[in-house]
Amino acid sequence: MTPMIAVRGLGKQYRLRGRRAAYATLRESIMGSLARRGSAAQADRVFWALRDVSVDVAPGEVVGVIGRNGAGKSTLLKVLSRITEPSEGEVDLYGRAGCLLEVGTGFHGELSGRDNIYLSGAVLGMKRREIARKFDSIVAFAEVAAFLDTPIKHYSSGMTMRLAFSVAAHLDPEILIIDEVLAVGDAAFQRKCMGKMEDAARQGRTILFVSHNMAAVRSLCRRVLVLEGGRVVMDGEVDAGINRYLGAASGSGANQVDVSTVDRPNGHGGLLFERIALATATDRAVTAAGGGLDLEIDVRVETAVNDVEFSIAIDTPEGVRLSECASSVALGRIARLEPGAYRLRCGIAGHLLNPGCYLLSMIARSGSRVIDDVLRAMPFEVEWQRAGAPAGREDLQGLVRLDSAWSAPEPIGD
Amino acid sequence: MHIRIRPGHGWTALNPRVLWAHRELLYFLIWRDLKVRYAQTALGAAWAVLQPLSMMLVFTVLFSRLSGVPSSRVPYPLFAYAALLPWTFVSNATSHGAYSLVGSAHMLTKVYFPRVLIPIAAVLSCLVDLLLGLTMLAPLMAFYRAAPGWHLLWLPLAIAFATVVALGAGIWIAAVNVKYRDVRFALPFVIQLWLFASPVFYSADQLPERWRWIAGVNPMAAPIAAFRASLLALPIDAGLLWTGAATTLLLLTGAAFTFRRIERSFADIV
Repeated sequence: MTPMIAVRGLGKQYRLRGRRAAYATLRESIMGSLARRGSAAQADRVFWALRDVSVDVAPGEVVGVIGRNGAGKSTLLKVLSRITEPSEGEVDLYGRAGCLLEVGTGFHGELSGRDNIYLSGAVLGMKRREIARKFDSIVAFAEVAAFLDTPIKHYSSGMTMRLAFSVAAHLDPEILIIDEVLAVGDAAFQRKCMGKMEDAARQGRTILFVSHNMAAVRSLCRRVLVLEGGRVVMDGEVDAGINRYLGAASGSGANQVDVSTVDRPNGHGGLLFERIALATATDRAVTAAGGGLDLEIDVRVETAVNDVEFSIAIDTPEGVRLSECASSVALGRIARLEPGAYRLRCGIAGHLLNPGCYLLSMIARSGSRVIDDVLRAMPFEVEWQRAGAPAGREDLQGLVRLDSAWSAPEPIGD
Repeated sequence: MHIRIRPGHGWTALNPRVLWAHRELLYFLIWRDLKVRYAQTALGAAWAVLQPLSMMLVFTVLFSRLSGVPSSRVPYPLFAYAALLPWTFVSNATSHGAYSLVGSAHMLTKVYFPRVLIPIAAVLSCLVDLLLGLTMLAPLMAFYRAAPGWHLLWLPLAIAFATVVALGAGIWIAAVNVKYRDVRFALPFVIQLWLFASPVFYSADQLPERWRWIAGVNPMAAPIAAFRASLLALPIDAGLLWTGAATTLLLLTGAAFTFRRIERSFADIV
């Protein structure tokens, strides 16, 4: 089958000038060209934001593109959507491509909602007749019918966002290129966007989807590209790709991980973590927001160890350590562990983590010396599930949800 | 449908066929420029008439009453207004065009379309102001009892000429402005100098006849002469017209080259 998107040897180079000016001034440019003539001027440092990228995407495939900040995801999308030219290689697109690098491209605050629908639609590549035909459906999806003739500078940011996504969602291209659009808006709106994209995927459109939201990637994509330093370091199955991106030690999104064979770069001292398991409703490492974490950890002690303490740490994919939970708080230090296999249970109270992706690490210490650790041993997701949802809104910000007590406002008086 | 993306792929963005395919977007961009320009203004589109009209009054007092600049046997206010129409159009279009790309940075970095549409739209939206300004000419001519002749038939050509000059200047400077922000400081006073170098409040006829063609080196001279010729039935120097056409063609080619050269890196440096 011929691919829908064929990328061959794609590279994009940026020049970093000695003095990093975002734009040149005429004088610098003139002086620069004189200097270059005079001496073999120091070559500008060259930086490849993208290098040797070759990918074929078949019609109807939904491919996630993941990677840390600066890995080249945005550059790849910018080249594919023709916003910037590549420095080498080539791309063939066999179909009409619609690119959503931002919600609301082409919007102008002074114009009414109605005007902006036409303008933004035209900018995104729709014909006037096409926009007119879809107009009612766009307005209905965005739920802004009452404000169609109001300049959008008076809209709330949520309304603007809904309208903008609605226009984009009606683009109907054969190839859809989407960047982080879901990172905006309230939770209900995000769900609506996801639904629209799932529809597009079901209708057999080819989708390239960049996101930091692993839950979204998992539910939408059947294949992921992992970018690191501008190169595709992995192209394949979703779970494996996500683990690669998260830097997870092993595992495939399952709720238990055998870590006995995981590399121990720090060596170990007589004690070995063997397995970690998270109690979940299914066999996947997905827990409901508001619930606690129930962990089961198997260790094997090879030579007797003294003064032992176990820890479970929770990290974000970006490397922020949210918390370390130590066994010594509840048990005190364990005086001595004889050789043999042990199972520990650890319960972490609920109402703490916001929806998102997190990683569990395991650490064992003897005294203050680390005798075994498996970092990023198991990634897991916290999902907002209607049943058993904690108090409060889904879209409260932050990584953690702290319990807070409030009193009703009382008049202060004089 | 098949699109191939490669490094430095020639002239596609200035390809007339590509531009034609995006004509609806061009229409929307012009319409946006117009709506936005007069949004939240008290006088709205009246500004299109007020600008050349007030300049005409100033020029009449300064140059006709005080300095006695000759106006080829036409009432001086008419003589000035006929030139101020193309001048206001071209100078406004040039500065609108110049800032258009930088002002649309949020679009350039987020979505693809032929970038040249942005300065073209900025220039053409000013054309609407020119047409509004033209309507003011009828009461003015009635007041001075000057009837237009069959020369009026040339007016569309004169407008087209001025439009090409405006496109050349607007597109060129828009591209340069993306790379060199010096334009922001230089442009206002360059446009002022350009006004004095152009036969707006005087006439190129003040040059000896055999040297008149040289005035055409200023691409503004020929469209102004053409406006005066068609509106006020004044004679036009053929040499001036030819030099003007040649300079304008050069201007447009230069604009296209510069635009294409800088366009490649727009999204990276804007």
